[in-house]
Amino acid sequence: MTARPSGRLALRLVALGYLALILLVPVAVVLVRTFEPGLGEVRASITTPAAIHAFWLTIELAAIAVPLNTAFGIVTALVLVRGEVRGKRVLEALIDLPFAVSPVVVGLALVLLYGRVGWFGPWLAEHGIQIVFSVPGMVLATIFVTLPFVVREVAPVLREVGDDQEQAAATLGASAWQTFRRITLPAIRWGVAYGVVLSTARAIGEFGAVSVVSGKISGETVTLPLLVEQRFTNFDLAGAYAASALLALIALATLLAMTVLHRRGDAA
Amino acid sequence: MRSKTLLPVLAAAALGSSLLAGCGGASDDPAAAAAGGGDARTTLSLVAYSTPEVVYDEIIPGFQKTPAGEGVGFKTSFGASGDQSRAVEGGLHADVVAFSLAPDVDRLVGDGLVAGDWADTPTKGLVSTSVVALVVRKGNPKGIHGWDDLLKPGVEVVTPNPFTSGSAKWNLLGAYQHGGLPYVRTLLTDHVKVQPKSGREALQTFTSGEGDVLISYENEALTAQKKGEDVDYVIPSDTFKIDNPIAVTKDASPAAKAFVDYALSTPAQERFAAWGYRPVDASVLKANASRFPDPKKLVTIDDVGGWDVVDPQLFDADTGAIAKIEEDAGVSTAS
Amino acid sequence: MSVATAKVLPGRARSRGAVRSPGGALGLGVATLWLSVIVLLPLAAVVVASLDGGLGAFWHAVSGRQAVAALRFTIVVSLVVATANAVMGTLIAWVLVRDPFPGRRIVNAVIDLPFALPTIVAGITLLALYGPTSPIGVNVAFTQASVAFALLFVTLPFGVRAVQPVLLELDREMEHAAASLGASATATFRRIVLPNLVPAILSGAALSFARAVGEFGSVVLISGNKPFDTQVTSVFVFKQVESDNATGAAAVAVVLLAVSLAVLLGLRVIERWGSRHDR
Repeated sequence: MTARPSGRLALRLVALGYLALILLVPVAVVLVRTFEPGLGEVRASITTPAAIHAFWLTIELAAIAVPLNTAFGIVTALVLVRGEVRGKRVLEALIDLPFAVSPVVVGLALVLLYGRVGWFGPWLAEHGIQIVFSVPGMVLATIFVTLPFVVREVAPVLREVGDDQEQAAATLGASAWQTFRRITLPAIRWGVAYGVVLSTARAIGEFGAVSVVSGKISGETVTLPLLVEQRFTNFDLAGAYAASALLALIALATLLAMTVLHRRGDAA
Repeated sequence: MRSKTLLPVLAAAALGSSLLAGCGGASDDPAAAAAGGGDARTTLSLVAYSTPEVVYDEIIPGFQKTPAGEGVGFKTSFGASGDQSRAVEGGLHADVVAFSLAPDVDRLVGDGLVAGDWADTPTKGLVSTSVVALVVRKGNPKGIHGWDDLLKPGVEVVTPNPFTSGSAKWNLLGAYQHGGLPYVRTLLTDHVKVQPKSGREALQTFTSGEGDVLISYENEALTAQKKGEDVDYVIPSDTFKIDNPIAVTKDASPAAKAFVDYALSTPAQERFAAWGYRPVDASVLKANASRFPDPKKLVTIDDVGGWDVVDPQLFDADTGAIAKIEEDAGVSTAS
Repeated sequence: MSVATAKVLPGRARSRGAVRSPGGALGLGVATLWLSVIVLLPLAAVVVASLDGGLGAFWHAVSGRQAVAALRFTIVVSLVVATANAVMGTLIAWVLVRDPFPGRRIVNAVIDLPFALPTIVAGITLLALYGPTSPIGVNVAFTQASVAFALLFVTLPFGVRAVQPVLLELDREMEHAAASLGASATATFRRIVLPNLVPAILSGAALSFARAVGEFGSVVLISGNKPFDTQVTSVFVFKQVESDNATGAAAVAVVLLAVSLAVLLGLRVIERWGSRHDR
């Protein structure tokens, strides 16, 4: 579609103007504040034992939650878009729910289930399993808050590309798995890629829900966002910004990785 | 697909490194020596409220150098007092708890996690105290010297919300002891425009330019100053005494009691004093008298009936007097 | 239609709409199980907790004036934000996909940052930018607008990223055909492109709405939490938890969830109704 140059420019200005006000300026402020004390300070800030541990813990949580939710997301999107399921709309709405749940409530819910006096509490205590106030609880919280992303990104794309090619493949004798791997998956790659990017960004940046179930045990259950809050509380604003910048870096790296993988997929 | 194998490998690496790092706590200080507790025989879990983290970071190594503390590893957790208390209630393992106010310890008594007589000690179960103070802008441009000045026309007051932060109850008790409910009503209705979620956020809001005076604690103001924040504070001639409890949980190892004893000893109390907390050790307090002036009138929680009376009376979310004031205040500002 | 049948008779024509994904019914089963364990079970625990004191206590908790005011404000501001995201998200996605302006890659990379930045940092930054010491002279702190600002920041990626992948996969032939037949750019957009984007736009709007109603950390600092004014439901729920009223907190949370579910369902119905002509 060839829009008039002036129309295109107007759109660009509106988009960038909005982005500047809502997004770019705040992000720029974060960057400026991060590097204000100087590069050396920033490096020292992100290489303390606490920061290093928080970094790896954050990555660990994302590395578990995101692939699981990606698999769930693709399967569910396929079921929702291609399948005949009664009550599809209700299922779809339910899938969106995790976001609507305030982080405090997520934490509350997990403690209600797996806490000392929770539904499974006594059983867990009997078997010496610690879920809340330990990493498993944090994994559950992270999975909870990132659940809908991949479904929501893949479903519209699936709908858009249609199932003509898949039907053709089926009539040519391809098995369901072959159809999926060679026709469907490549078609939804951008949806999956952005779903993964968003899930990862959310997983690493999640604060509220993880905060309630983590127990904030220094060196054990403190993620980068929790470290940011701790540093803020201890008047180490520079350190808080530095840790945030690290998180932003991870998000950017994920986007880069997805873009590169997508390009390679294109070339293959 | 390469990406599919990369992630599990990454996860395994992360798990591995986190297991390694979790051995002896992780310091957040770039200059600190390696965290203690390589081959600890006992590990103590300290669950405390957030502000004295700086103090415990100094006390713990001190304790580990004593005979009682040798070979004792530490797991520490710091957060908002109420949240921490609820976490212990919910299953967070704790040997020593140190909260901002007694009700947060009493909650655990109700759950059977702390002995009912935890406060029956020479220091009444306390490890440090402080007083309610008024934080003002540098140079005190509005001339705030006491509680009455807060009600001067046009003065805007910032105070954290006592319903989102248990620790914030102290602040309003300071106001309450001065002029009772009528004073608190005028204060909250006409002069308090924002009530941030916590003490720290209230200070952030204040330093971001909002309000003329912030109701806070003396120790928070002193710690903030020590950390480079540009604030001044005033201790009114009549104010409220803040009591910070410490207790050992029921099935804690004996090292826990030893740690609490250490925290009450002179070297540890001196660390508290250095960070702006009034020590419960009388001699250390006397030695730091210049830092901790005696207000003419110091009201304590016992003077107003104890927490058992005051907490439900003032701070019950439904029927408390202050909750009602907040409801009524909302009517006038609601559209 | 089971997978076994599909494998045994590969050439057989299947009825339209049969589940053809690998593991068909198995896929549905796994997805439902995952959803149940991760999401529904915890939410069930909340619902049960909300009824701890009986229906009377539930009603008392959710009918209080503060609760109602918080709920109303939360829903309204979230709907506004969702709408803004639907419009601006589409616009931004369009510009990012179709307009190769200098710096596009950087702008594209930055879109996801609101998710990655911890809410406390978002809070402090927004307060610094749009509060009393604003360098750009915009002081909306402690007003209802401030909540909208914070929510727009936090939900921006939803609006953009929902539409972007669909735009990238869009078949441009129809647009070219329309252009060669003389249709203006606006008409082409309105009649050819937009209908294909509607499911994605509504998807992004639904996600924005859902996130906005639950948002806590980035809103709490800049809003000032004024009851009946700028207090959002998540802060009200937090208050109840901090006041040892977990039952009341759960009750209000359940009501918010029910309302969110209704809005999300409504959006899905509109989406289906709108794309009905597709099939």
